[in-house]
Formats: sequence, structure tokens, C-alpha cells
Amino acid sequence: MASRLTRSTRAGWAFALPGFALITTFIILPFFFAFYLSLTNQRLISPNPTEFVGLDNYRNLLSLSVLTLEPERDESGAVLRDADGEILYPRVRTITRNPEFPQYRGMREWFRWQSGDTATVVVASDVVFWKALTNTLTFVLFIVPLQGGGALLLALLINQKLRGINVFRTIYFMPVVISIVVISLLWRFIYDGSDGLLNAILSALSFGLFEPVDWLGQPETALGSIIVMSAWQAVGFHMVIWLSGLQTISPTLYEVAAIEGASKWQTFRYVTWPGLRNTAILVLIVITMQAFALFAQIDVMTNGGPLDSTQTLVFQAVERGYGKQDISGGSTISVILFFMVLAISLTQRFLTRERT
Amino acid sequence: MRPMTLAGILAGTTLLATGAAAQTEISLWYHGAGNEVESSIINQIIDDFNAGQGDWAVSIESFPQESYNDSVVAAALAGNLPCIIDVDGPVMPNWAWSGYMQPLGLDEAKVADFLPTTIGRWDGEIYSVGLWEAAVAMITRRSTMQKYGIRIPTLDAPWTQDELTTALTDLKASGDFEYPLDVGMAWTGEWYPYAFSPFLQSFGGDIVDRSTYQTAEGVLNGDAAIAFGEWWQSLFESDLTPGTSQDPADRDNGLIEGKYAIQWNGNWAGAAIVEAFGDDVLFLPAPDFGNGPVIGAGSWQFGISSTCEHPDGARAFIEHALQDQYLTAFSDGIGLIPSTASAAAASKLYNEDGLMSVFFDLSAEQALVRPVTPGYVVAAKVFEKALADIANGADVADALDAAADEINTDIARNGGYGH
Amino acid sequence: MALVSPQNSGLRLASRYAALALVAVVFAFPLVFMVVSSLKPDQQLLRDTSSLRAFLPVGDISLDNYLAAFDRAPIGRFMLNSVIVTVVTVTLSVIICSLAAFSFVYMNWTGRDAILSVVLATLIIPFETIAVPLLLMVSRLPWLGMEGIEWGWLNTYHVQIVPWIVDALTVFLFVQYFKDLPTELIEAARAEGASWFQIYRRVVMPLSGPVLATAIILKSLKMYNEQYLWPLIVVQDEAHRPIMVGLGYFFQLNVAWGELMAYLTLISVPVLVFYLVLQRAFIASIASTGVKG
Repeated sequence: MASRLTRSTRAGWAFALPGFALITTFIILPFFFAFYLSLTNQRLISPNPTEFVGLDNYRNLLSLSVLTLEPERDESGAVLRDADGEILYPRVRTITRNPEFPQYRGMREWFRWQSGDTATVVVASDVVFWKALTNTLTFVLFIVPLQGGGALLLALLINQKLRGINVFRTIYFMPVVISIVVISLLWRFIYDGSDGLLNAILSALSFGLFEPVDWLGQPETALGSIIVMSAWQAVGFHMVIWLSGLQTISPTLYEVAAIEGASKWQTFRYVTWPGLRNTAILVLIVITMQAFALFAQIDVMTNGGPLDSTQTLVFQAVERGYGKQDISGGSTISVILFFMVLAISLTQRFLTRERT
Repeated sequence: MRPMTLAGILAGTTLLATGAAAQTEISLWYHGAGNEVESSIINQIIDDFNAGQGDWAVSIESFPQESYNDSVVAAALAGNLPCIIDVDGPVMPNWAWSGYMQPLGLDEAKVADFLPTTIGRWDGEIYSVGLWEAAVAMITRRSTMQKYGIRIPTLDAPWTQDELTTALTDLKASGDFEYPLDVGMAWTGEWYPYAFSPFLQSFGGDIVDRSTYQTAEGVLNGDAAIAFGEWWQSLFESDLTPGTSQDPADRDNGLIEGKYAIQWNGNWAGAAIVEAFGDDVLFLPAPDFGNGPVIGAGSWQFGISSTCEHPDGARAFIEHALQDQYLTAFSDGIGLIPSTASAAAASKLYNEDGLMSVFFDLSAEQALVRPVTPGYVVAAKVFEKALADIANGADVADALDAAADEINTDIARNGGYGH
Repeated sequence: MALVSPQNSGLRLASRYAALALVAVVFAFPLVFMVVSSLKPDQQLLRDTSSLRAFLPVGDISLDNYLAAFDRAPIGRFMLNSVIVTVVTVTLSVIICSLAAFSFVYMNWTGRDAILSVVLATLIIPFETIAVPLLLMVSRLPWLGMEGIEWGWLNTYHVQIVPWIVDALTVFLFVQYFKDLPTELIEAARAEGASWFQIYRRVVMPLSGPVLATAIILKSLKMYNEQYLWPLIVVQDEAHRPIMVGLGYFFQLNVAWGELMAYLTLISVPVLVFYLVLQRAFIASIASTGVKG
């Protein structure tokens, strides 16, 4: 027994070593270096010497504070309101740029809510980072069901024995084959607010009732537009993964279900879905990982705008590290992203573990 | 990270006394890949130089303009820079300070009659010289101005802010155009600071305080700047100009196709417009928002990298390229202003009767270079974002405050950038 | 194969095809737009984008854009570079990653679980975040070339290949697939005294048609389509540039939209053809591996 294990160990290492060595050299080592950089004030290139700054970068990135604002009152103590009837509050900059409150210096408002007459404002030292974080999480939250679920529906649709079904399958897969940069360029034409194709089609379908929308130019629709386009591009790939999973389900099970008179929905729920378990895990994990790396579409289409509605973590990391030559700041975002995704993926694995 | 060390300078001349044979190779990087006109002219300059003397042979590597700066920075990191590099004017201080470039060592007399904004100076030395200058103007048709009764401004009497607003509102009310003005929000990147900081400067603000270059407080978020920001925002709120989601194709063709009445555009786009409008074309000076009219300046210039082992040869090439005939060739080819008056007189577009001759005067009178500081690289990006955010409806004072804060932080983090 | 039994009624059949066709339009329209636009001159191209004419090859149709695109950029060179990089990377990747996955799934060795976790964890690291440290590293690495040891990997093919050979996704794909193969075959082969490598080569890999096809397609797409930032910073000469960096050639002072569309079409065609060819093999291998009970 012991000798068999020893043999396996040597052979095991022999098989795994090339791969492991390459991945260590070209991914793990640079990542550790990036981690080290996040603890310094390293610039991309600079005559100033590099200094170790510890967790300063993290503190600058993640600092949050809460301010409570009292409404402006006139002499009699009544609350002042503006033309729309909204309560007037002092401007946040009167506090953050006030020499009496140095702890708020350089912070900006992230969001606020009102309870009664007072407004509670959350200020952050790096609002763009927090917006990038929430946008990235929103993107992931929406794209997983859209892309994963959409792919499953497509796979079910394609999984029919019809003549020429492969033609359709190829067409559905075609966007995957094209580079995301190319897709983004094409969709920029399609999403154009004044004479884009999407507006033209929707207008035609609704007989002129539909008002053209500036899809990429409004904060409310920009991220959604990118989500739809990204899902459109990648859904074909996951469709193929679902398909290969569907085709491993034994036809005898389907025959049994048909004999027992099960409905379409029941067949799906009790025969198809359980057989897709492993595939589902693969699809879920892959989509999630790729979603966190959202970058190319933003770079080509919106540059993080409008009003930071399409900022993402990787985009910010590249913008800071490379664009603003602050490689330590960019690395800090990368490290935070890594730990966040690690936590999420561990949670995913825990939730989808085999329950015996 | 190791600071880049200056390479030893080759003493004296080459050792090749035997004549024709071995020319020492010097590498040159240029941003013109994909641009056939620029490429053919620069190749001609190189061929002439290589054939005209036996010591040096220049070889060129072309890069797409968009990613040229990234390629150079990456090469600098890896210690792989060529001898001669092409550098965009406002970026040069950053590259010089970072150690990628060495002083040009050029005789001042040789560039005495060059437009001052074509000479890149940092720390008291000349680091780069340009073969042309770029300028921006309000481009429109004479017939449009006449049709709507808009006064045609001159260099001495430019539009005031009120005149501009009235003109734009009238044009919009007529319904003949999709937008009365097109400032070019589709061209993200260096266009924003280059084209729009002149407006800020005309209001009395600036990207950074040029007396010390240590802070942007008060210049980027002071009263003058806020006035600029509010005017800027009003352009988009009143639909006077397309916003950040402008289709780049519209930017290229909108004026010619009649979608826009007036376009704030540079002389590199002028050639196509002149071809379309002929004599009807008008290149109008920038408006005066209170502090004098201003346009941007500083375009691509040649410099020598710090790791170049043959700066003599590099300098020889650059001096060769600065001859009038080449300045004229570039001007005729891509429509930009030649650096000397004599080259301008010999060019198609900028001679006395040339359709774009007004640009030469515009550049001489109104041009203000972007802040000459290594911190410009970051300041430009910060300013670009502020402009985009304000255009999209963000609070003006907050956006400018944030920009000023970010620029100040960056300057502090870099130890004042060597000022 | 699991399938939905077809209805014989003509109407049901027609409606199925209609549904499939409608979905097909959604997936095909931007690509039709791209190809059709590449045949039009710039002015017409831009005017047509606001109407259905964008999908119709009407008006001034010609191949002028293609000819002009070849003048503007050395497209053949770029595509050759991309193909070389892709083919070499994918071949090495499939071999090395499947070997590693094999050892993770079938062999029992100390440190196996820890190493596997570490490898899978790298799935999370987006490339952009390690780009600069990697650049600094490769500019100092040695390489055994034709003329002996050369220092620095810049401006080569191997700098575009070696860092990309192993990636966590490919390993993950193989691992998941191997886990699903019946272990009786392996155990039988071990009982007969076969070496691990023989088992790998003669038992497991022949059964791995589907995952091989998937891994090859996925990796090829990534290497061909997504290589932009890395080649941009490590390759400074035109001789080694891949296609996505060449895209910048079309975005000079005035964007040549028609030529751009021609370029996009040209670079997309090989991938499509490759996929079509591989797809047949893919289907064939699914049919042959049969069903797992």
C-alpha cells in the first residue's frame, strides 16, 4: 500500500509540475508582487524612491463616514424649503472642506437618505471605488441569471431533433466567436441615442409610439445596456455547456417519465434538472468569475460614465494603475477584488456542496 | 524601482572613417501607424536623411496613435526604449521627469523662428521640438452665419459669452440643425483637456495653479471655474451640443452633413471640411469669456530617449527633419500649422491666401499651452472626468472640488513633481 | 441522446422553426450589420445605420474597403502572428492542463488538494491586475534561442505564448470532466499493470473528445480574440503584432469606418470557419461517447 502511494506521489508531481510551475511563475508570483506593491506608494515610473506605506492605500480606498445633516432653518426655527418643496440642507462641502473637521477632508458624498427632517449622508474618501464596487456586484447579480438561465432556455430549445438544428446552433454560437471588442464597437452603433438601430427597431415595432432612448448616455440605462449586450455575446457558449450536460442524461429516464404521463414541467423538474447539477455548478462559477473581470466593454463604450454608472473594479484598477500611473493604487483594488471574489466563490462552493 | 540612469554620451563623432559602409543604426518610434499620409512623409524624411550622410541610418517602428503612449511607457519600464521618440507636447514634462528622455542639446539659434509652443522645455532645457502646431477653431459656413444674422467674429473682436449664447439659441430655435454646436464629446481622451481647458482659462480658471504647480485649489474650483462649469453644464442641459454618448461617426461627419451648424474642431480635420465647403468655410476664433480668448497648443514633438547610445545621431536626424521643406510637406499632408512662418508661406493652406491662414494668427495670438508639469498626465484624466460628469448633470461645485482634491493629492504623493 | 420527440403536425413544425428563426435573428443581426457595412463606402455606411438598410447590401457595394484596409495595415502579418500564437498556446495548453487535471483526479499524492485549490483560486485573478508585474518579470527572463541565451522576452512570440499556457479554467474543465468518467476503466488498467502515462494516453484521452473540443475552442477564442493589453505592452515591433493591436491602425485621425468593418470581418472569418470545422468533430465525439448511465 505504502509503495503504491509513493509511486503515485512521484508520478502525481510529475504530471502536475509543468502546469503548476507555469502558473506559479506567470500568475501567482506577479500577483504576490502586486500585493506587495499595494503596500507601497509605487508609481509606474518615477525618480522618487518607493516607500513602504503599510495599509494607507487600503485606508484611503475604503474609508467611510456618516454625517447627519440638520435642515436649514430661518430665524423662527421653521424648516426652509426650496422651489420644489424639498427640504434645504447645508451643502456637504461646507463640512468636508471645513478646517474644523479635518477628518472629513477630501471625502465626497456617496448617497443619502432622509428620515423625518434630518438627512443622513454617507461620505467616502473614494466614491468612485464604491460605485465601481456596487456596479460590479450589480452586474454579476444580473448577468448570472440572464446569461445562465438564458443559456439553459436556449439549450432546451436547441435540444430537438429537427432537420437543420445545427444551423441554428451555429448561429446562436456566433457571437461567442467574435471578440468582445468588436462586439462593443458594433453595439455602440446599435445603442446610439439619435439614430441607433435599436431605437429604430423598437420604434418600428411600436408603430412610432416608442421615444428614442439614449441607452449609453443616461446613468439609468447605461449599465443595463451593457448587461444585455454582454449576456447576448456569451450566452451561446454556456448554451453549449448546458447542451453537453443535457445530453448526458439517459434517455431511458425520459422514456419512463413519458410512460408515467409526466407533463413537460414535471419532466424538467424531476428528470432534467437533477441531471444537470454538475453542469449548473460549472456554469455558475464560470459566469461569476468572468463577470467580475468586466473591463473591455466599458473601455470601448462608456469609459466608466455617465456619472460613474458603469465603473467597474477592473476598469478602475487599470485606469489608476496605468492611466494615472498609480500602480500601488491599482494593485490595491486588485487585491480587494481578489479577496472579495474568493469569499464569494467559497460561499458558492459551500452552498452547492454535495449534501449526503 | 530603480530610477532610470542617463546613458553615457558618446564622445565625439563616429569612428567609421572608411566611408560608405556601416552606418550606425538609430531607432525611431512614431505614432503614425495606419495613417498613410503621415507615414509616407516621415518615411521620406528618413530616406533623405539616410541617403544624405554616411554615419547614421534611422529605422522606424510605427504605432497606432491611440496606444502609442502606453507602448512607450511599457517599453520604458522594460528598459527597451528606442533612440528617437515622438512625444505629445503636454506629456513631455512627465517623461522628462520620469527619466525616459534626455535634453535635446539643440542649438537655440536653430529654433529661433519656431512658434514658441512647438518647443518643449522642462527644467530650463529643451527636450523636444515639433514639426507642426495644432490649433482649434469654431468651424462653420459663411452662409449659415449670414442666414441667421450672426456676427462674424474676428481676432480683435471675438464673440462674447452672451453673443455666443444668443447665436446658439437662435440656431436651435430655427430647427434646421440637430444641434447648433458640436464640441466633440465623442473624442474621449486628450481632446477634452486640449479643447475645453481653453474655455476654462478664458473664464479665468485653470487646471492647476501655474505659479507653483503645487495645487489646483482656487483655480480649478474657484469662482471663475464654477462659472465655467455652470456655462458648460448649460450647453448640455439646453441641448445646444451633443453629450457624452455622441456617436464618433457623427463627430467626424456631422458638420459636413449639416447636422451641426458650428463645430469646435482642430485644423487636422480642416482639410476635409475645406474640401466639402470650399470658399464658404469659416474658421472663427474662440469666444472671450471674460479673460481673453484662448485656444490650446502643443502637439507631437521629437525628442531623444535617455537610453539612447547615439544622441549625436539622433540630434542630427531631428535637425534634418526640422527643415522648412518637411514642415511644409506635413502641413500640406495633414493640415496642421507648420512651425515656422517661412514654411507656412510655402504651404498650400497657410500661405497668405490660404484658406486656413487664419490659424497661424490664431495660434500666435491665442494659444496657451497646457500646464507644463509632470503632473499633467494625471491632471488631464481628472479634468476629463470632471468635464464628462458636469456634462452629464453632476453638481458643478462638487465635481470641481473632487477634481481639485484629486490633483492635489496626486501632486503631494509625487513629492511636488520636481517643481 | 435525450431529445424531445418531434410532432408530425405541420403547423407545430412550422411554429418551431419560426421560434428558432426569430431567436437566430437576434443573434445574427450585429454580425450581418458588420459584414454588410464592410461593403459600403463610409458616407453611405453611416447614413444607413439608422434604418433597416444597415442589414441590406444595397447601394454602392464593392470590395474597396478590403483593398484599402490591406493598404493601411499589414493584415496578413497580424493574422499570421495571431494564428501562430494561438495554435502553439492551445496545443501546449491542452497537453499540460490535461496532464495536471489527470493527476488531480486519478492520482493520490501529497499536497494534491492544496495545489488544486491554489490553481483554481487563480481563476479569480483578472489579467489586467498582474500585467505590470508580469511585464517587469518577462523583460528580465532568459530564453534559450538560436544564438544562445537571450535576455528579455520582449518582441517575440514566446512572450505572447508562455505566460498563457496554463490557465485555471482549462484545468477546471478537464477536472470536472475527468471526475465524471467511470473509474472502473482506470482501475482495470491499473490492475493490468499499465503505467499512469499509458492510462492517460490510451484510456482517458480517447474518451475526452467533448472536453477537448470545448477546451480547444475556449482557449483559441481567448488567445485569438482577447489578446490586446498584453501584446500592446510587450511587443513593440510590427513583425510580432497580433490582430487586436492592429485594430488601432484604423482609429487614426479620421476613423475609416468601412475599412474598420472590413478588418473586423476579415479577422472574424477564420475563427468562424475554425469553429464550424471543430463543431462537426464535437458533435461526432458526443455521439460516440454515448450516455453515462
